[in-house]
Amino acid sequence: MADTTGTATPDMVAPETDATGDGVRRRDFINIAAVSAAGVGGIAVLYPLISQMAPSADVLAESTVEVDVSAIEPGQAIKAIFRKQPLFLRRLTDAEIAEADAVPLSDLRDPQSLEERTKAGQKAMLITMGVCTHLGCVPLGAAEGEARGEYGGYFCPCHGSHYDTAARIRKGPAPTNLLVPDYEFNADGTVVTVG
Amino acid sequence: MSFPWANHYEPQNPLMKWVDEKLPLPRLVYNAVGAGYPVPRNLNYMYNFGVLAGFCLVLQIVTGVILAMHYAPNALVAFGSTEHIMRNVNWGWMLRYMHANGASFFFLVLYLHIFRGFYYGSYKAPREMIWLLGVVIFLLCMATAFMGYVLPWGQMSFWGAKVITGLFGAIPLVGEPLQIWLLGGYAPDNAALNRFFSLHFLLPFVIAGVVILHIWALHIPGSTNPTGVEVKKESDTVPFHPYYTAKDGFGLGVFLILYCLFVFFMPNALGHPDNYIEANPLSTPALIVPEWYFYPFYAILRAFTFDFILTAQLWGVLAMFSAILMWFFLPWLDRSPVRSASYRPLYRIFFWVLMVDMAALFYLGGAHAEEPYIMFSQLATAYYFLHFLVIVPIVSSIERPKPLPYSITEAVLGKDDDAQLGATVAAKA
Ligand code: FES
Repeated sequence: MADTTGTATPDMVAPETDATGDGVRRRDFINIAAVSAAGVGGIAVLYPLISQMAPSADVLAESTVEVDVSAIEPGQAIKAIFRKQPLFLRRLTDAEIAEADAVPLSDLRDPQSLEERTKAGQKAMLITMGVCTHLGCVPLGAAEGEARGEYGGYFCPCHGSHYDTAARIRKGPAPTNLLVPDYEFNADGTVVTVG
Repeated sequence: MSFPWANHYEPQNPLMKWVDEKLPLPRLVYNAVGAGYPVPRNLNYMYNFGVLAGFCLVLQIVTGVILAMHYAPNALVAFGSTEHIMRNVNWGWMLRYMHANGASFFFLVLYLHIFRGFYYGSYKAPREMIWLLGVVIFLLCMATAFMGYVLPWGQMSFWGAKVITGLFGAIPLVGEPLQIWLLGGYAPDNAALNRFFSLHFLLPFVIAGVVILHIWALHIPGSTNPTGVEVKKESDTVPFHPYYTAKDGFGLGVFLILYCLFVFFMPNALGHPDNYIEANPLSTPALIVPEWYFYPFYAILRAFTFDFILTAQLWGVLAMFSAILMWFFLPWLDRSPVRSASYRPLYRIFFWVLMVDMAALFYLGGAHAEEPYIMFSQLATAYYFLHFLVIVPIVSSIERPKPLPYSITEAVLGKDDDAQLGATVAAKA
């Protein structure tokens, strides 16, 4: 930037006038172009910095689980782990099915029939997350001898949520029924693939 | 402090006025790296490396904090968690390559920044404190880089840790207990790995603190410049912003192109394949060398092969540490009142000889410890010490410098109307 006019103060450097006469100086153009390119680049860099906190490939690879349900007797439940959270798999007794079906949907906070919460032809196999929809505690009732609440399903001891035999919320602070994850039975109905 | 003609911060926006009254942080930035900081108008591209070093520090802290979110500092899983970062974590491969190559580029920038200081006499009065703090930063960076290199827990990590802590073991009497204390065991293991991780996380923030002192000290006399003539008046300076933000921005762009070339196209070019083998205390790799940025000092360490009063091992360790510690004394070893090598014909020659010598040490530090490399290391090491301890003091007393320009303005424009006194200034020098 050789300034040979003899005056050295920067603000006295002759302003570059543009050749086209449309009022945009070459320097303004370069300035805006450079700052925009840097800005876009800077924002692009944020993407990996944010994305790295999302579940990594090994976590995503663990996000389906297979469970053999053939040995579960009516009235019995087992716990499995799905995405690091408890999964309840319960084979309902006929009495429990009848009890669930007897409730009018209008009485429910989160209206859903047992049919809607199970697979066709497998109405007795109730598969839900073992995660209370209030604040995430594990409800009691899956293991032998645990309290099952006033409605005979699951009972969350943290703040007293009662779930019925179809694991629907009936009483207490939880807003919705225990979540039914995506799952599928294999051809002979002995193994479910969850996730 | 700043020059009396510095622009004053005068916020127009009512919100900025309000903030300025309560917390004058924008004012601080304005006066530190904004239009309120007058800088010599003649800085060349060698003066970009300070800002680039700051950028590298931020880059290393950002990528490092992210890597620490995924890394596990336990000898059982450290190597596996590093591979987990490379294979599983979203963009983990990129972040780790950015961090590893970021260290190399950080040192590249630091070396150029230091050599710039050698050439333009940046260490001379009144800037001794800036220089001393700079050497402290360099030492902290070396410690941080070394401990970071141990974390992946590969073969080079393990044996690097063993060899470097072995340096302390060479100290007479206290050496061995000291080494065991440093490692928390007889060889690098979980205890060493954990403390290295803790310190590797801490030290960058200590570096950032010393960097603030370094910049603070810099802002008292202001920057040197290629003439070495102090700023005398307003026409010698331009405001940092926009003149040097633009110039540093351009330098940053060039730097990033080079850096990305490594990160994306040859990310392992500066590393050692052996570090992709998990640490094995029972087998030493054929060639143990540190990362390239430690080569000159590693060459000096290995140059001592014979006992002379003290053991060869101890000489090597002492020489290696003094090779850097000597820089602390440079402001007093070089007595020449002329700063810039541009006006010191004799010193300039020896500066370039030192650069050749450094290049040789860089090469020899990575070579096998066998002849003829050992002999060359010895010669290069001898010259290195000769330069600082003998050549620099003698040159500064016998040299006849070239006449200095009266002012930066004169150097840039070829004339300065205030320059009637210029003749006497040149004669004094
Ligand atoms: S978490 Fe279950 S009732 Fe609050």
